[in-house]
Amino acid sequence: MAHPLLSVPGKAKRGEIVEIKALIQHEMETGFRVTNDGKTIPRDIITEFLCKYNDEEVFRAQLFPAMSANPFLSFFTTATESGTIVFEWSGDNGFFATASASISVE
Amino acid sequence: MERRQRVFRDRLCEHLGRVTRFVLIALLLSLSGPAAPGEIPLAERKSSYELMGPDTRAMQDDDAANPGMLWVLDGEALWNRREGAAGKSCADCHGDAGASMRGVAAHYPAFAAGRASPVNLEQRIDICRAERQQATPLRFESRELLALAAYIGFQSRGMAIEAPAEERVQPFLQAGRAMFTQRQGQLNLSCAQCHDDNWGQKLAGAPITQAQPTGYPLYRLEWQTLGSLQRRLRNCLSGIRAETYPLGAQEYVDLELFLMWRARGMKMETPAVRP
Amino acid sequence: MPQKHSPRDHPGPTRRQVLNQGLTFVGSSLALWIQPARATPEAMRAAMRNVTGEATVGKGKVKIELPALVESGNAVPLSVSVASAMTATDYVKSIHVFNERNPQPNVLGVRLGPRAGRASFNTRIRLADSQTVVAIAELSDGSFWSESVDVIVTLPACLETL
Repeated sequence: MAHPLLSVPGKAKRGEIVEIKALIQHEMETGFRVTNDGKTIPRDIITEFLCKYNDEEVFRAQLFPAMSANPFLSFFTTATESGTIVFEWSGDNGFFATASASISVE
Repeated sequence: MERRQRVFRDRLCEHLGRVTRFVLIALLLSLSGPAAPGEIPLAERKSSYELMGPDTRAMQDDDAANPGMLWVLDGEALWNRREGAAGKSCADCHGDAGASMRGVAAHYPAFAAGRASPVNLEQRIDICRAERQQATPLRFESRELLALAAYIGFQSRGMAIEAPAEERVQPFLQAGRAMFTQRQGQLNLSCAQCHDDNWGQKLAGAPITQAQPTGYPLYRLEWQTLGSLQRRLRNCLSGIRAETYPLGAQEYVDLELFLMWRARGMKMETPAVRP
Repeated sequence: MPQKHSPRDHPGPTRRQVLNQGLTFVGSSLALWIQPARATPEAMRAAMRNVTGEATVGKGKVKIELPALVESGNAVPLSVSVASAMTATDYVKSIHVFNERNPQPNVLGVRLGPRAGRASFNTRIRLADSQTVVAIAELSDGSFWSESVDVIVTLPACLETL
């Protein structure tokens, strides 16, 4: 199973806006490609990405085939308290992956 | 080269007489250092990184956004995984890759013990798998082999590519050079015609690079995945409508050997990102 | 001595076979040669209406950053940001991105809230052709704002056969 690549600051000041980056390996097969035999390759993409900070949703994205392979998302959140930031990716054919990182806020 | 400079150079060449032009060329070549005629002078070599747009460069520079790093992460996991009948991981013999693999990718292709011809890094990994781990070799271009090659290549990032020193590489180096300079394919083009003589100019809207393999295996946006130098060479061959050799062919290794020699002294960038 | 290899690794219809089929099935689909159905500006507008309903969409507040000239349509860096204080009472609820020439008009839908701190994100998208990309933001007060950008997409020179 591919390892997602996360960038979360280990430490932040309370109230500071921090940037979070998440990258995961996935072909994001669009469902529009056709082989030389004329067969359409079925769609197989990540459709949802969710980021929770101490169980509270801080960022959610719905992904369509127009998202690049190995989808990359970077976004922001306010560092409110120390805890865990959890990432979840779900998609076609029962795809599900999760990763987490800790953040310490003073 | 900027368009204005090119136009100026073209007009200048037209105005000078033929004989004068030859004298000029001879003069320039004699000043250009140890490169053979037609080869790019060592000081003028550029990584393809410099010909990319700023956004693609930014993608390579940010380890948190560089998709190639996903394979490096995977490679790290594989490095520590016990494999084969011997039940050994790479780490069991080689320890911490950061120490043991430092600089290794920068001097491949190289000879492996008991082999009559040089092998590239992927082949070397498979040799270890077969002989030391007693595991089935990984398929060329498989995710796992690329991940290991990316992880090992990453340990040489920033280091200078080493020219092979041994005398016994010479025949293979010359074979690689011959392949680089021979015209082939339905388009009857040689690698040198684009990559030595016309680098920096545009082909179908994209800049022609010098073909310096400084960042392999790399994430090619066109492939939407990480791939090896051999995969790129096959693209080139099919691009000039030449027959492609099967993966693992000695012809590719010879050409890789020549390309790495040609890029000697340039810095490794693995895992690079390219359009 | 290299082995003989056909440049096409997959068996498939030759151009002559396909042309013959096209002639035989006049009136029905020239399916093998037609590109997959493309989104049109109309399809994009319909997808946008799905999000905004009949509400008026103002121009402004939204900033899209896309390279003017794209080296590979496979991974185009996209950055969208909306000027907003992102407080509990005044924030960006969602940002939606659309395109007009991919097979499908939707690109991405992002849900935010006051916790986001900044209404801004960065990603990489696929663009099948030179086209217009539109981003629509919905604010906490129910208003919609949009911005659009034109992009030119080139392809790298030596494409790989599948």
